[in-house]
Amino acid sequence: MELIGYRDNAAGLDATFAALADPTRRAILARLASGEASVMELAEPFAMSQPAISKHLKVLERAGLISRGSDAQRRPRKLEARPLADATEWLERYREFWEASFGRLDSLLVELKGKKTRANAGKRGRIPPGRKKK
Amino acid sequence: MKNVGKLEITTPSDKEIMFTRTFDAPRQLVFDAWTKPELLKRWLYGPNGWSLAVCKVDLRVGGHYRYEWKHTNGNEMGMGGVYREVAPPERLVNTQLFDQDWTGGEAVGTLVLTEKDGKTTSVNTVLYASQAARDGALSTPMAEGMEMGFVRMDEILVSQVEAK
Repeated sequence: MELIGYRDNAAGLDATFAALADPTRRAILARLASGEASVMELAEPFAMSQPAISKHLKVLERAGLISRGSDAQRRPRKLEARPLADATEWLERYREFWEASFGRLDSLLVELKGKKTRANAGKRGRIPPGRKKK
Repeated sequence: MKNVGKLEITTPSDKEIMFTRTFDAPRQLVFDAWTKPELLKRWLYGPNGWSLAVCKVDLRVGGHYRYEWKHTNGNEMGMGGVYREVAPPERLVNTQLFDQDWTGGEAVGTLVLTEKDGKTTSVNTVLYASQAARDGALSTPMAEGMEMGFVRMDEILVSQVEAK
């Protein structure tokens, strides 16, 4: 599995979230999720001129969320999956690390409490039946 | 019962991450778990193939610590720093820096433990040098190196983009 380099990704995350913070751009991404489309095709559902749509496309391109195809005539835009996946996964992974770790810590603490109880009982001269002191 | 088991992650300022979790155990045991290598190795690592292979702790002001995680696929990650405050069982302050320096410099971590009715709330705050550093940290290799099953990218996109 390829290692994702996050060294410079702070700026990337900012650009992605800024790009997503607009309903027209989110709708453009939704349209492109079902296949590439030209600027004209993308502009069609909106009461918006092509230059206005192009401005939105520039924001999405700068964020690396879409790219241009090589068809010189149509220059269709297509969705680039990685930045959006990054942005939506980073918090999940951070959270997963800590949830996994703390889940184990819960079990470890049960074990440590048990040892402490047995140690205290031992000091008072009463070791619970069935358990040996280590 | 307080929210034992519920992890909260927040950003109290643009340079900080804070995570809070309550445990069903007295403070001293939780502090031990955060500071004894033989205990840390048993819980402080990500899911799916990671382990805390190296853990060294010199628990005193000015003392160093070192963590090295290894994945079964060969990936490695290292982190270390210096203790600035050591006040068991309630407070620990230390610098932290990853070997690969994903966070643009050193950060300062503060651990505060409070106990009530036999349960301990652990509040961990990490202060970065800048917002960019903090945001870089939220996508550290600790998270991204995990061997997660990647959902098909187009499924992620459709679900994220169509959610309103």
